[in-house]
Amino acid sequence: MLIKPLYAMLLGGALLASQAQADDTIRIGVSQPLTGSVAASGTYVTNGARLAVEHINGKGGVLGKPLELIIEDNKSNPREAVNTAEKLILRDKVPVMMGAWGSTFTLATMPKLEEYGVPMVVETASSSKVTTSGNPWVFRISPTSMMEAQAFAKQLSSFAPAIKKVDFLSVNNDWGLGAAGAFKEVLESKGIEVGRSEIIAPDATDLSAQLAALKNSGSDTIIVTSGVEQLTLAIRQAAEQGIKQRLVTTGGSFPEPLVKNPGPKGYVSTHLLFFSPWTADQSIHPDIARTYMDAWEAKGYPFPGLTEGFRGYDAILTIAEAIRVAGKAEPEAIRDALWKVKLAGVNGDIAFHKEGPEGRESGQNTPNIYIIQLQDGEVSAL
Amino acid sequence: MDQFLQHLVNGTVLGATYALLGIGLTLIFGIMKVVNFAHGELYAFGAYVAYALVSLLQMDYFVALILAAGLGLLLGASIEFLLLRRCRLENIDEVMLIMIGVMIIMQNAELLAWGGVAKVVPTPFPQESIIIGGIYLSPTRLFVLGAAIVLLLAFYLVIERSRLGLAMRATFQDEDAARIVGVNVGRIYTLTFGLGSSLAAITGALLAPVFVVTPTMGDLASLKAFAIVILGGLGNIRGAALGGFALALIEEFGAAYISTAYRDAIGFLVILAVMIARPQGLFAARERVG
Repeated sequence: MLIKPLYAMLLGGALLASQAQADDTIRIGVSQPLTGSVAASGTYVTNGARLAVEHINGKGGVLGKPLELIIEDNKSNPREAVNTAEKLILRDKVPVMMGAWGSTFTLATMPKLEEYGVPMVVETASSSKVTTSGNPWVFRISPTSMMEAQAFAKQLSSFAPAIKKVDFLSVNNDWGLGAAGAFKEVLESKGIEVGRSEIIAPDATDLSAQLAALKNSGSDTIIVTSGVEQLTLAIRQAAEQGIKQRLVTTGGSFPEPLVKNPGPKGYVSTHLLFFSPWTADQSIHPDIARTYMDAWEAKGYPFPGLTEGFRGYDAILTIAEAIRVAGKAEPEAIRDALWKVKLAGVNGDIAFHKEGPEGRESGQNTPNIYIIQLQDGEVSAL
Repeated sequence: MDQFLQHLVNGTVLGATYALLGIGLTLIFGIMKVVNFAHGELYAFGAYVAYALVSLLQMDYFVALILAAGLGLLLGASIEFLLLRRCRLENIDEVMLIMIGVMIIMQNAELLAWGGVAKVVPTPFPQESIIIGGIYLSPTRLFVLGAAIVLLLAFYLVIERSRLGLAMRATFQDEDAARIVGVNVGRIYTLTFGLGSSLAAITGALLAPVFVVTPTMGDLASLKAFAIVILGGLGNIRGAALGGFALALIEEFGAAYISTAYRDAIGFLVILAVMIARPQGLFAARERVG
């Protein structure tokens, strides 16, 4: 008879303890690919998020409480991305998430956000579907492929010789296929001829068949969409096969290994980035960029990782601001507050406009896009 | 024509590495009947040895290759000696479970030691490609092709012509008879597993400067190796070698002239077709055992 009350007391005590622990901090769930085919990018974004949390907590946190990241690895796999969301929402009870690097992982996660009513700030995803499918819990700070294509089109005159015909080399997922579609549409409207479209599996390492097929296609530019690892392989293998076309990469990833281990001498590649640490002084808010870069450097993280680390940094700044505006760390209040966020970030000004079907709109930011060139391990602005 | 020849060259280089992976696995899976799910992990292990020695310790690449092969042999032999010997290879389910366990442990150990971000191993060769009649081939890939062919020939000779090879073949044909004529059966098992593993490890080290090194790189390698072994016929060294070249060329030309999106699917479709027409594999003379 004595056991029951004792058990109840113990249980009650444990519950109280965990309650107290949960109340000490404001938790933010993070779902990123820390392993698998796009692990490099996910790791950079997570490190950027950590720096933002340190920065905010150093200034006293939000609503008088420190922020705490609960980080889960989605293993570059849409199925695992769903698992991470369920774990973060159900077990860790996070009121808001950041994730999930890439359109495919984000799209897979989105139904869970709606099911449980938890908002997510999407730091990386370029498929238009993310914000047009009518999920009111999604707020994207990264550009869509269409925005990228339009930004690229504005810079067409900077390319010499001029771009007349393009081919595509795209990773076989929502991101790669979506980007190819958007760039085709925009470039065709500018009178540029569109040639072949070649596809690579997300885990492929040998791209020689695709590249050899593009070699004599008569185009002058190949638009490549994939993560850090495949961009590195594509550029190196294109140079090895004597591909004469200009390579332009989209999606904001940068083939960082080529800085230390450049391919053949004189080979130039062009990259669409959302933050360029090489030309940070020209960004919209150089002081914020500087704070972020200094913190990154202090940790000894690799310099080129700054190009993607800012995504996590800006996303956490956005979430923290929304919690501050909401006045409480509750999912619905944070979602409503995200619409009111007006913030200066590393990429530029962050604010959301409505996209998607009326009454069920998602939030979309209008970020800045930078174009840079890489040659012999050296980076310069276009 | 140039494009056709370029595809042929690309496919041949890829095929040589597929053949090495296939031979290593056919020794273990085809001859020993151990379903070696960890084969790809030994390939990744070799690549990480190359990364650690060349990129971190600034060691010579060629020395690293030899060390990768040696360490692969040692690791493979230890797996056989410490884990498989105990269950005497009688229960295939147990063996499979052990090998799946080894695969998971190795992959996660790599992740723990090196992190998930891809590593790059610098090549000791010039970056500029060799150009012959409009065909481009990087010196690194040419070296991989040469090394693979030397290894393929050496293995063929060891298995078919040497006393060790004879003892291996005898052991796996009839263990008791081999024991009667004085073959140290236990040692043959350990050595065969070690040799197969060593081939996987040196393939990983050979390809490290061509591709990038990641903890999950073994998954794709395992898948391809199993496909090659089944295509070539279980336990058939020549079959595995030819199967490797066949799969690579099918993938390369399928991607070039049919569709790059279905590159892997085309390879597996051909394997399915072969399985329907010749269930024992392309080159196996006998019916499959078991």
